[in-house]
Amino acid sequence: MAQFLFEADLHGLLKLDTPIPNAPPARWQRKAKESGPGPSPVGVSPMKPANRSHSSSKTPSKTPGKSGSKVQNTPTKAGGDRYIPNRSTMQMEMANFLLTKENDPAEESPTKKEQQKAWAVNLNGFDVEEAKILRLSGKPQNAPEGYQNNLKVLYSQKMTPGSSRKNSRYIPSMPDRILDAPEIRNDYYLNLIDWSSQNFLAVALDNSVYLWNHGSGEIIQLLQMEHPDVYISSLSWIKEGNYLAVGTSSAEVQLWDIQQQKRLRNMTSHCARVGTLSWNSYILSSGARTGHIHHHDVRVAEHHVATLAGHTQEVCGLKWSLDGRYLASGGNDNLVNVWPCTQGGGGDFAPVQTFTQHQGAVKAVAWCPWQMNVLATGGGTSDRHIRIWNVCSGACLSTVDAHSQVCSILWSTNYKEFVSGHGFAQNQLVLWKYPTMTKVAELQGHTARILNLTMSPDGTTVASAAADETLRLWRCFEMDPIKKKEKEKANSAKSSIIHQSIR
Amino acid sequence: QLGREHQGITLRGSAELVAEFFSYGINSILYQRGIYPPETFTRVQKYGLTLLVTTDPELANYLNNVTEQMKEWLYKCIVQRLVVVISSIDSSEVLERWQFDIECDKTAKDDNGPREKSQKAIQDEIRSVIRQITATVTFLPLLESACAFDLLIYTDKDLAVPEKWEESGPQFIANSEEVRLRSFTTTIHKVNTTVAYKKDSVP
Repeated sequence: MAQFLFEADLHGLLKLDTPIPNAPPARWQRKAKESGPGPSPVGVSPMKPANRSHSSSKTPSKTPGKSGSKVQNTPTKAGGDRYIPNRSTMQMEMANFLLTKENDPAEESPTKKEQQKAWAVNLNGFDVEEAKILRLSGKPQNAPEGYQNNLKVLYSQKMTPGSSRKNSRYIPSMPDRILDAPEIRNDYYLNLIDWSSQNFLAVALDNSVYLWNHGSGEIIQLLQMEHPDVYISSLSWIKEGNYLAVGTSSAEVQLWDIQQQKRLRNMTSHCARVGTLSWNSYILSSGARTGHIHHHDVRVAEHHVATLAGHTQEVCGLKWSLDGRYLASGGNDNLVNVWPCTQGGGGDFAPVQTFTQHQGAVKAVAWCPWQMNVLATGGGTSDRHIRIWNVCSGACLSTVDAHSQVCSILWSTNYKEFVSGHGFAQNQLVLWKYPTMTKVAELQGHTARILNLTMSPDGTTVASAAADETLRLWRCFEMDPIKKKEKEKANSAKSSIIHQSIR
Repeated sequence: QLGREHQGITLRGSAELVAEFFSYGINSILYQRGIYPPETFTRVQKYGLTLLVTTDPELANYLNNVTEQMKEWLYKCIVQRLVVVISSIDSSEVLERWQFDIECDKTAKDDNGPREKSQKAIQDEIRSVIRQITATVTFLPLLESACAFDLLIYTDKDLAVPEKWEESGPQFIANSEEVRLRSFTTTIHKVNTTVAYKKDSVP
C-alpha cells in the first residue's frame, strides 16, 4: 500500500499545481506568523519588494543560491508562496522512468537475462550481483607542489652543461677512431668485446669473431659459428693474450688459439647461453642464463671443477678481483654476489657477500685496481645507480644516481677515476672521480645505447660498443709524458709475467 | 623462526602474508612510477630483497589502514581483487591500473590443520613478483603529468561497508594494453597480477 502513497506524492510533486500537504510553511506564512502584532517594513506578502529583488536577479538561475543577492538561502527562493525544491538536484528522468517502467512487461526471456548479465560482467569486469567495489576515502595528500615526476626528468634529460671547473687535463670530446660493427647483437645481457694485453680488440658480431690489431689496424676474422642459429654471447682474453675464450648461445665455452687461429677446446657444461666469462690465471669462470657459474680448469680434461649457484636469473656481470681472491657476479635477479676463490667447509661455494640494493639487473661489475676489496657495481634501467662496496665489511661506501641504464664500469689505472657506459637517453660515457664521485667528463657520440666497454692494455683508451653498430675509441686516460716516464720506470721493476702452457 | 617454516600455512597466516605483500607491492609501485618523490622512501630488507617503503606518515598510515582491513577480509575470504589506479591529477584520466586478483580457497576455513607449503617457497614466489613490478619500468609508458593513486577493493556484494570506505566504479582505462605478471600462491590464497596501461596515441 505504501507505494501508492509514494506514487501519489510523486505525481503531486511533478504536477506542481496543488499545494503540497506536508511541505514546510511558505515564507510569507512564516513571516505573517512572526510579525503578527505589528507590521514590519519588510514586505510580508508575495508582491512586496522582497520578491522584486528576486525577480530582478537573473533568471533562470540554475544555482539560485548564488544569485548574489543579500537575501538568505531560504526554501522559497524562486517563487515565494509555494514549496519548490531545488530542481537541479531532482532527477526528473529517473523518477519518470521508475514510475513508468512498472507498466512495462515484467517478463524477460532467460536468454535475454543471460545476455544482460554477460554484458554487465564485460562492462564492469565483475558480476555486479556478486561483488561490489569499495574505495577508501580520505586519501593522503598528493606529492607536494612543484614535484616533477622524477622519471620524466631523467628520461627526457637534455645535455647538461659541463662543469665550469677546469679539468686538470684535456679529455677529447670526440672519439679517436670509429669502427664499424655491423650485426652486433643489441642485447644488454651479452659481453661482446674484449681487449687483449697484446693489443688485439676482439669483437663478436652475431656469429663471428673479428680481431682488430690496434697497432697495425689489421682486421682478422678469427672464427664463425657453424650453425647459423647459434650466436656468440661472450668473449674474454686470457691475461697473456694468446688464448681467447668464447661463450656461445648453444651453452658452449670454446677456447681458441690466436697464433694458429685454431680451436683448442670446446667445453660443454652449461644448459643455457653463456653470457659472461672471466679469467683467473688458469681458471675460466662462465656465467649462464640459468644463473649458474661454472669454474673450468682449462689445463685438464675434466674441466668443470666447480659450480656456483647464487643467482636465479641470467648472470650478466662476472669479474675476478685482480689478486684472484674474490669473484664478483651480478645477475638479472638484481643481486650482486661475491664468491671466495676456495670452497667453504662443506665443499660448497657460498658467497661471502650478497648485495640486494640494486633495483635492476647488475651487469656492470669492476674491481678497483689501487684499493683492495673495493668493488663498483651499476644497475640497469630500473635502478640506474652506481654503488661502491667494500667486500670485506659489506658496507656500501658510496652511491650515485647516474640517471641512465649502466652497462659497464671500468676503473682507470692511470688516474684515480672510473668510467661508466650508459644507455637512454644520452648514450654517453661518464668519467667519475673517485672517491669524491664527481663527474669529470661526459663523452657523447653514440646514437644508441652503449652495450659494453673495454680498456686498452696501456690504459689510455676506452673502447665502447653500442647498439648503433659502431665501436668508438676514446682517448680519455692519456698520460702526461713526464708522468708516463715515471710510471714506466716503476713498471719495469716489477717481475715479468709467468707464462703457462695450456694443453 | 625455524619452527615457523615447518608449521605450514594457516588461514590467518596466509591472510597476513598476502596483506603484507600488498603493502610492499603498493609501496614499490608508488616508488617506481614516481607518484611520490623518491626522497620520501627508505630502504628495508624483506623477502631477501631491498624494498622501498614510504616515510611519509600520512601515506604510511593510509596504507596501514588498507593492509589491516585487507587482512581481515582475506581471513574471511570475501575479497576478490585489489586495484591500484593511477590517474593524472589535471585531467582525471586513468593512465595505469594495477590489478591483483585473489582466488581464495574457501575450504580452508573448514580445515583444521595447516597446509603444507614452506614459507621460503612462498617468499621466493613473492620475490619474483616484486622484482617483476620493479622491472615494468622498462616498458610502461612515461607518466608525463603529476599523478595520484587510488585503491579499489572488490568484495562480496553483501559485505557491510565499513566506516571510511565508500562504493566506487571500476575506473577502467579506455584504450589499454595489458600485461600479465607472475602469480604466487600460499595454497589458500592465490594472487594474480596484471598491469594495464593506456596505449600511446602516437604510433
